[in-house]
Amino acid sequence: MSTRRHFLKLGAAAAMAPAVVSAQGAGAGRVVVIGGGFAGATAARTLKTLEPKLTVTLVEPNPVYTSCPFSNSVLANLREIEQQQFRYDGVKRAGVTVAETSATAVDVDAKAVTLADGNRLSYDRLVMSPGIDFNWTAIPGYDEAAAQKMPHAWKAGAQTVLLRQQLQSMQDGGLVVMSVPANPFRCPPGPYERASLIAYWLKIWKPKSKLLLLDAKDAFSKQRLFQNGWAELYPGMIEWVPLSQGGKVTSVDPATLTLVTEFGSHKAAVANVIPPQRAGAIAAQAGVADRTGWCPIEPVAFESTLRPGIHVLGDAAIMGGMPKSAFAANAQAKVCAAAIVELLAGRKAPDPILINTCYSLVAADYGISIAGVYRPTNGQLADIPGAGGVSPLEAVGGLRGQEALYASSWFRTITAEVYG
Amino acid sequence: MANILVNAPKTAKRGDVVEIKALIMHPMETGFRPGPNGQIIPRNIIEHFTATWNDAEIFAIEMSPAISANPFISFFAVATESGKIRLRWTGDQGFAVEEQVAITVE
Repeated sequence: MSTRRHFLKLGAAAAMAPAVVSAQGAGAGRVVVIGGGFAGATAARTLKTLEPKLTVTLVEPNPVYTSCPFSNSVLANLREIEQQQFRYDGVKRAGVTVAETSATAVDVDAKAVTLADGNRLSYDRLVMSPGIDFNWTAIPGYDEAAAQKMPHAWKAGAQTVLLRQQLQSMQDGGLVVMSVPANPFRCPPGPYERASLIAYWLKIWKPKSKLLLLDAKDAFSKQRLFQNGWAELYPGMIEWVPLSQGGKVTSVDPATLTLVTEFGSHKAAVANVIPPQRAGAIAAQAGVADRTGWCPIEPVAFESTLRPGIHVLGDAAIMGGMPKSAFAANAQAKVCAAAIVELLAGRKAPDPILINTCYSLVAADYGISIAGVYRPTNGQLADIPGAGGVSPLEAVGGLRGQEALYASSWFRTITAEVYG
Repeated sequence: MANILVNAPKTAKRGDVVEIKALIMHPMETGFRPGPNGQIIPRNIIEHFTATWNDAEIFAIEMSPAISANPFISFFAVATESGKIRLRWTGDQGFAVEEQVAITVE
């Protein structure tokens, strides 16, 4: 395995040597970035900042990006969806060309991307950050039509607004049922933050209501912190049913808002089904996704192990110990941009060290966090033992309130850096 | 006390094929794993699972250390007569638990 990877790297470096000459001749090279989320927009901007002579094109069909981080606060009426939305003006000002269309195909041999508007973009290096798509066949009964009745709200936007409307029009005393998939999926603590903030809102406006969390796992991110917070703030309101208690949802009936598990069925007043996921569809088309549906990469420049010359970032990639988060995507994108500049100049990319932090809100003024530090180890991005950490179980001196402030400061900072 | 979940139909037509599902909380400790003190944690697995329908055995399996914690078992049987489906798990360290469900066959 390691021999093969080494060989691929050498092969890629050798094959690049003549391309570098022509790229330098043409003005330092062309990079195409597919997908304008936290990973793609960061990568495009950073590339242009590090090497202004590069031609960088960001392919993104939506003129407005709707951020998933903090979208759970929209459900709890703590924010409006417009506060989650960002345009690409800042990215354009940085010198990136934004192609407002979608990529329909990647021609790996010709090093070109075909766009839905009929254009074709040639590249020296391709960055793919297509985010996630839902596996619409994983839960029988749950398809795109069903998502209008039982929203996933796991891509922020209209789905987030729909779920909020459903919660607001629910009768007091109604049962909210959430279904959480097995790993890996976008934002590991996200479902539990969502359960917390829905409970926060229910406690104020519909205090007789309950939330049932059906989970296909037996453990989750920041579990003790969340469960302590639930016991403290929402006693008796949130019931978590893990896999070993029959929590895995095996089918749904959108007509009756029923979620069926191996051992029972639950009729919901509001149902939020977070289905299993995979890398955005273009990843499979380009051949960078493997049988798991996600994209294997090497851990230095995040170059695909299946298609050298294509870098995969963010939620779509298999990042070893790093979770699928916006913080991680942003960090990976900076490392990748620096690596691409080195590779295009015919140099070797240095081994990176990356940091991730995931903040979660248990209530409006109650924040918790987990941080990790990662570096390439045996071909994987591995957690450095002893680095990073989790919020303490016993909080003193208003720590939870401070962490809630850190969370919103982080969001303002990252969105200003990427989109501002 | 083990936590057991069973899902079997309460009624069935004679000759119907019915699915019986059972999940038991159990660590399925392999016996190959060192604990925090460096000593091997003693093996603690479920070795046998049997299902009987009115005392006639309809399904049985032998388990190994490779089977993960909280084993989930699903099997099919032909509904022949009303009565009791009895599920029994036995294993290391004297582990023995039983659960039964009633089924009416019309």
